[in-house]
Parts: sequence; structure tokens; C-alpha cells
Amino acid sequence: MNLNISRLLLAGMIVLACQSAHALEPYEFPDEQTRLRFQELTYELRCPKCQNQNIADSNAPIAKDLRQEVHRLLEEGKRDDEIVYYLVERYGDFIRYRPPFSLNTALLWLTPIVLVVVGVGVALWLGRRRKVTSNGADDLSPEEEERLARILRAQDRTFE
Amino acid sequence: MKRFLLFLPLIVAAGIFFLFSQMLEHDPNELQLARKDKPVPAFALPALRDASRILTEQNLRGEPMLVNVWATWCPSCHVEHPYLNKLAKQYGVKVVGLNYKDEREEALKWLARLGDPYVFNIFDEDGRLGLDLGVYGAPETYLVDAGGIIRYRHVGVVDDKVWHEILLPRMQEAGWQGAES
Amino acid sequence: MIAELGHYALILSFCLALLLSVVPLLGAWWQDEVWMRFSRPLALTQVVLVFASFVALTTCFLIDDFSVQYVAGHSNSLLPWYYKMSAVWGGHEGSLLLWALILAGWTAAVARFSRQLPLPMISRVLGVLGIVNIGFLSFILLTSNPFNRYLPNFPPDGVDLNPLLQDFGLIVHPPMLYMGYVGFSVAFAFAIAALLSGRLDATWARWSRPWTTVAWAFLTLGISLGSWWAYYELGWGGWWFWDPVENASLMPWLAGTALMHSLAVTEKRGVFKSWTVLLAIFTFSLSLLGTFLVRSGILTSVHAFASDPERGRYVLMLLLITIGGSLLIYALRAPVVMSRIGFSERSREIFLLLNNIILMVATLTVLGGTLFPLGAEYFGYEVSVGAPYFNLMFAFLVPLLVLIMGVGIYSQWKDTKPGVLVRKIPLLAVVSLPVSLLVPWLYGEMAFLAVVGVFIATWLTMATARDVIQKSSSKKGYIRGWLKTSRSFKGMVLGHLGLAVTIMGATIVSHYNVEKDVRMEPGTIVTVAGYQLELVKFDKYRGPNFLSERAEVRVRNSAGREVSTLFPEKRRYTVSGSVMTEAGIDPGLFRDVYVSMGELVADDAWAMRVQYKPLVRWLWLGSIFMGWGGLLAVADSRYRVRLRQRLGNDTRKLEAEVGITGKAAPFARGEAG
Repeated sequence: MNLNISRLLLAGMIVLACQSAHALEPYEFPDEQTRLRFQELTYELRCPKCQNQNIADSNAPIAKDLRQEVHRLLEEGKRDDEIVYYLVERYGDFIRYRPPFSLNTALLWLTPIVLVVVGVGVALWLGRRRKVTSNGADDLSPEEEERLARILRAQDRTFE
Repeated sequence: MKRFLLFLPLIVAAGIFFLFSQMLEHDPNELQLARKDKPVPAFALPALRDASRILTEQNLRGEPMLVNVWATWCPSCHVEHPYLNKLAKQYGVKVVGLNYKDEREEALKWLARLGDPYVFNIFDEDGRLGLDLGVYGAPETYLVDAGGIIRYRHVGVVDDKVWHEILLPRMQEAGWQGAES
Repeated sequence: MIAELGHYALILSFCLALLLSVVPLLGAWWQDEVWMRFSRPLALTQVVLVFASFVALTTCFLIDDFSVQYVAGHSNSLLPWYYKMSAVWGGHEGSLLLWALILAGWTAAVARFSRQLPLPMISRVLGVLGIVNIGFLSFILLTSNPFNRYLPNFPPDGVDLNPLLQDFGLIVHPPMLYMGYVGFSVAFAFAIAALLSGRLDATWARWSRPWTTVAWAFLTLGISLGSWWAYYELGWGGWWFWDPVENASLMPWLAGTALMHSLAVTEKRGVFKSWTVLLAIFTFSLSLLGTFLVRSGILTSVHAFASDPERGRYVLMLLLITIGGSLLIYALRAPVVMSRIGFSERSREIFLLLNNIILMVATLTVLGGTLFPLGAEYFGYEVSVGAPYFNLMFAFLVPLLVLIMGVGIYSQWKDTKPGVLVRKIPLLAVVSLPVSLLVPWLYGEMAFLAVVGVFIATWLTMATARDVIQKSSSKKGYIRGWLKTSRSFKGMVLGHLGLAVTIMGATIVSHYNVEKDVRMEPGTIVTVAGYQLELVKFDKYRGPNFLSERAEVRVRNSAGREVSTLFPEKRRYTVSGSVMTEAGIDPGLFRDVYVSMGELVADDAWAMRVQYKPLVRWLWLGSIFMGWGGLLAVADSRYRVRLRQRLGNDTRKLEAEVGITGKAAPFARGEAG
């Protein structure tokens, strides 16, 4: 019994450990632009320990270390891609919320675009094709439409 | 042909279901090892027991070994410590400690109290080496082969099951000649 | 005792669900009227029993019966009564029970309000809903029983409700969201029933339309409540994180939006029937998929849910049966013969189809992005897909969608004369372009995506406004004319304007949000976007079940006038020991000032995050418009046939007409198959 309760407690605490409160350190930056770069980078890097959080919002000690690391690399004058590469070298592609374009991720990046092109193509083709056959006599005149609608409505009621 | 198109959603859904059924047991929190099959990154850090002794990546060569990342603030490390003692003393595994973001005093007290399975301990006070290795939570245990190449990482407590099912086969693959069990 | 009664009621309702799914469906199969007539009473009894079970669980919470495991795990005697009540759905078991209750509720609503439906149809619909509820009730009973007891000894006090969930947002967010998710089951049941009967005609579309719209409206409100809750409760000032749990609610919303529009085409013109049926299946399947993703723990999410592979396996089986089964029925029974009703490439049909396609691509993008990491892992590599990916994709899809919407509003069924579009479209662009340049310029930075966002929001607003003016013109003036338009038209206008407002808010707050992490101590003054924030003091106080460190921050505007005083807090909940940030927010229609506390960095000095969030309220304001628009559309008089019937409006005359031609009517517009 007690085991059960303590397990519940533990589970609750583990879950909360990451999200309970965002941590932040008031870092100093040489200029406004570097501050914005820091913000952007920490928003696009994923905390390795936490449940799906970026390192800017995460409270985990590892996220704190990584923020510090990003800050240090920025101060060393590293470019954004160098900083990302530095961390990927250590933690893998997992850490990038923006997956790089590669053979492995081509499907991810290209599918939406291909689907839009194909979908729009099909729709326009359908419009053209349907138009050719639409001049037939099977179209109802407005009066017929009106009458049909009335009949359908009335018919529904009779099922009551 | 048109009827076939109507089966398309079913086929896609079947694919997704298959993926789910395969991945249901996996742990989404476990990270792959970015430095797999790469050499241990260069470092120069003091030893835990003797601050004047500087250890480098050259000290992690020669024979297959386990590099265990631990700290006194880590409750799971406390859990696995007796088993590490057993690994080192009974099975003769070479275990190197990486004392990660810890206090020297506390760490030494811990070793005095719980026993010391480590050949030596690297004292990584600010977590630099840990970061270079890609440590994201103690305890972690790295398998380094004779050439100083990282072959595997286990995240979490090492126990009998982990040793026999995961680490031992990989140690033997790396050429480890030690006792079977 | 109460818990046992609740458990018993749940078992009984499961038995009823079994009956409900067997008897009417067999009745419809055999054309046995007596069997079919069982459907309505069964549906109504089922909801009473599930409700009884729910009331029993709520009672256990209210009387602090900690011998019930679920109560002990999610409540505490110190909790105020309203949180004890909302704690019922604060965990896995209870939220499933809420889900089952809402499903039973929708089933009963269909039984009650669809009296004009033919008996075989209603039997099939209720039967299908019964099958879905079998799945959920058995899931609860077999794997997640909320009535399990700790015996013989149980904790004197509960573990406490997750502090994140001790909030007004949690009281209303999940029920709203579930109303939406589960509401799509009605459209799903109608679609399956229509496939089973083989009669996929326009009437089917009209029957399911109001149900779909109501569900959509609830889901819209539910999602925006969730976003609002995350905004003020999580303490980061974010409002959408593209987390799997959020994506799980967005996918049915996108698909449901497509469904709503597709149903309109099918009802009005009798085309795209197979597509609409597929969308109905798809929308509800995505709701179920969301449940699976959330409950199985197969993906990492920032939102805390008890996850368990055992339960995951059970939900997966349910998915397999429901989704797999319905897609199989679809593949075998959906009509393949293309209807002969024609339309041109400039017709309203095509514009709505394009809208559908883009919404579907958006849905699949979210689905793909959410599942891609899982697939990648299966093939042995590691990928994270997060906000940067989704933002980029939506920055491409949403403008496309809205541009088409703006044009589509002016299109007509069958064919639109090219002249109509040529006359109206350039004007839209002429108005939208300067606005889209002016607004970002006023905010001080011409970001490309900001220009695009403002452009499409204006474009949609202008198109809608012109449409309103056009439709409202009458001899008695525009106001009278507007009042005379149908409710469904008003609903549509409101929905589209709501989208424009949300897009505007999202664009501006994403691009012109100012955020600063600063160290503050008493006397510190921080300036953010013209606002001066002065830290007055830190103090401590004791709440009912927490201790709080609180800051007092005075906010002055650029003129130096005091605007408000904020009290951001950091709370430590005594029972669970967890720490929570409560943000201090000065809300406004055009901007929020947002202050949250980080950590103590020195004696009497804290790290604080200070933010200026322009137009952030528009996000939720727009969704309220959208939800309201949906509800308004359903209130349209044409759905209230029953009422008119009671009044006896020229029924007799029409009945005479049906007597002559009624039999031929269903086939006049139907398709083969």
C-alpha cells in the first residue's frame, strides 16, 4: 500500500521537476542583437533531459548548463550554425527543434509542398473535367431545384 | 482502379498502426549517443583523490572499461553503487569514475562510506567533460574500448540484468577478456 | 459504498452499450422495427447510468474518500471544494470517465433531437455510437477503473492535485475539449450509418451538419481555453508550443473545419460525397488518435499525463478496430461513380475543395511532424520536430488558405462569371497592401512574415465585410438587411472574422513580442517597450495549501502614469512540494504586460522575466468569435424543422405534394453505389 502511494508521489515529482517553474538567469550581453540571438537559439534547442521543452523554458540543470554554454559560445563570437553544430556534436540531432534538411528528413520537409501541388492540380483538373460534362440536361432548373428541396424537407418530416 | 484508391487511407492507417505497435515499448526519453564510435573528447582534469594529478583522455585507453558518471546528489547513483563494487571486485571490470558536478569533500566521504569501485576518478567540477560527452543525467555508464573509442552508453542504474544483457556482450565484443560472471 | 455503486452503474452502462450496439444494428439489418425501436430508450438509459457513475466519483472527491485510489492520488482534504470537483477529471481515469459521459450524452442528444430521422438511420447511428462507447467503457473497466480501493489501510490525506491543474482553466478546458472531440463521433456515426445503408445522399449531409458544427465550436473554444490557460498558468508567456498533446487537439480541429465546409458542398450540391464521408471518419479518428498519443506515453510531452504501455496497447487495439474497421467499410462501400453534377474551375465547389485540400495538407503536416520522430527512431536515427518546423509550414499554408478564402467568398455555385472576380479581387489587394505595410511599420520593424500575416488578415476581413454589405443591401437600409440575413450566414461571417482576428493576433505577438530576463531587487526599474516596471517589494504569504513568495511590481506607461500593480508569485505547494510560477499580467486589448518570477539570485534579488505582448488577447478573442459563429450557425431556423412542424405551417400542403412525387425524390440527386 505504502509503496503504491510513494510511487505516486515520486511519479508526480518527476513530472513536475521539469516544468514546475521556468528558470532563468539574467545574462549580460554586449549588444541587443546578441541578446536576441541568444533568445532565438535557446528557443530552438531542445532540452535533452526534459519532456519536450526548449532550453529557454526548462528548469532542468542540464538546460541551465546548455544556456550557459550558448551564452559562452556567443561571447566567443561563434556564429549561430557553429553553436548549433557544437551542441549537435555532443547531444545529436535530437537537440534541434528545427531538423536539418537531409536525405532522412526530405520526406518531412517536402511532403506538405508536394501534397499542396498535387491537391491543387487535382482540384483544377476536376473543375475542368466536370465543366465539359455539365452542359447536359441532367441539371435541374432553378424552379426544379426549389421544388425538390421542398419535397425533401417535407419528406423528412413524414418520418416523424 | 478507383476502388483501389479508396483503400489508400486504410493502407496508410495500417502503416501508422504498425509503427505504433512496434514503438509502444520504447522509452521516448532516452537519447541516442552522439559520440558513438568516436574517441573520448580531449580533456585535462584533476583526479578526485589527488588534485595535483592531471588526467587526460590518454588515461582512458589500454583495455575495455566502463566510465561511470556519478555524483553524491544523485539518488540513483546510490542505488547502483553496490553493484559497481561487485563489478570491480568480483568480476574484475575496470571502472573509471567521472565525478560530475560534485563537491570533492562530499565525494570522498561517499567513497569512504560506500566503498570505492573506481580505478581512479576524474573530478569534473563544472561539468565540462560531462557536456563534451553528452551527459544529460547521472548515472550514465560509457563503454570505452582499448583504443579510447566510445562504444556504448547506458543511461540509468547498472544492475545485474543490465550488466549481463547489455554491457557484458558489448564488453566482450570490445575484446574484454575478464571473468564471465 | 458510493464508490461501489458508481462502479456498478458503470458496469451496467457497459452492458447497455453492448445492447445498444447489437440490437438496433441487427434490427436495421433485418428491417425489424421492434428491434430498431429499442435504440432510443437504450441510449437514454445509458446516459443516466454513466451520469450516476460520474456523480458517484464526484461525491467520493467531495467527501474526501481517500480509500479510493484515484481520489487519494488526485485530491487532498485541504483543496477547496471546486477544485475537488474539477479534480475528478484531473487524472487519467476520471478524464476517461468524463469522456464516456460526454459520449453517452451526445448519443442521448442524437436520440432525443433527431426524431425526424428515418428509424433505420437513427438505429444505425445510435448503434455505431454504442460501439464506440463499448470501447471506452471497457477501457475504463479493464485498465483504468477510478473506483479501485486501497484496502485495508489507506492514506489519511490525499497526494494532492497537480498544482498546475488547480486553476479555473482546468475546470473548463477539458470538458470543452472533450465536447469537441467526442462530438465528432456523431458525424462519424452518421457517416458509417450512411455507408452501411448504402444511401449517401444530400440528406445525410444535412443531418450531420449541425452536429459537426456544434462539435467544432466546442473544440474551438476548448483549444483556445487550453492555450489561454497555458499562457497564464505555465508562466512562460507562451501560448502554443506545438507539443504532441496540443497537436492532438489541433488535428481534429483542422480536419473538422474541412469537414464542416465539405458537408456544406455535399448538402447544397450533392457532390464530393466520398470525400465528405472520408473526412467524417478521418476527423473522429484523429480525435481517437489524440487520446492514444496522450495516454500511451509513446511520445514525450510537456503536459503531464499518466502513461502506461499496458493502457497504450488497449487504446491501440481500440483504434485498430474503430479506425481500421471504419476505413475498411469506407473502402468497400463508398461510391466510386463520379456524380454527374457539373461545376467549373471557378465555381464555389472548387474553392471549397481547395480549402479542404489545404486544410487536409495542414492536418497531415501536423500528423507527420508529430509522428516523424517516432518513425525516425524506428529506422534508427533521431530527429526532433518542433515549433520552428511547424511555424514555417503554417506560414506557408495559412496564407494560401486565406487568399483562397477571400476569393472563394465571392464565388457562386456551379460557375462564377470571370467578371465578378475581376471586379472584386483587385480591390481587396489595394486595401490590404497598404495596411500590411503600415501596421508592421508602426510596430517598428518590417519583418516579411509580419507583412504577410497582416495582409491576409486584412484580406479576409475586407472580403467578409464586402460580402456582408452586399448581402445586407435592402430597401430598408443595411442594418435591417443585415438583421434579415440567416443565422447561418451571420455565423459564417463571425467565424471568418474570428479567424482574421486570430491570425492578426498570432502574427503581431510572434513578431513584436519583447522579452527580457532581468535581475530585480526593490527599487529596480526595467523599461520594456515603453513601459516602466518598478519593483516595489518582495513579500511572503500563506495560501490554503501553498506558501508563496510574491513580488509587487508597479507598471507605468511611457507618459509616466501608473497603469497597474502586478503581483507575480512563486508558490510552493506544501503537500507535493512542487513549485509553481504564477505570472503577474496586466491584460489589455492591444497589449499585455507579463511578469514572472524566476529564481532567487541574491538576498532580496530575483531573476525575473518581463514581457510585452502586443495583441496577444486577439488570439482568444478570435477563437471566441469562431466558436460563437459556429453556435449561431446551428441556431439557424432551417435546423428547427420540428418547431415549425409543431406550429403546423402549411404541412398539409406539402404532404399532398410528397404523396405524388415523394418516392422519386431521394434518387433524383443520389449517386449510384
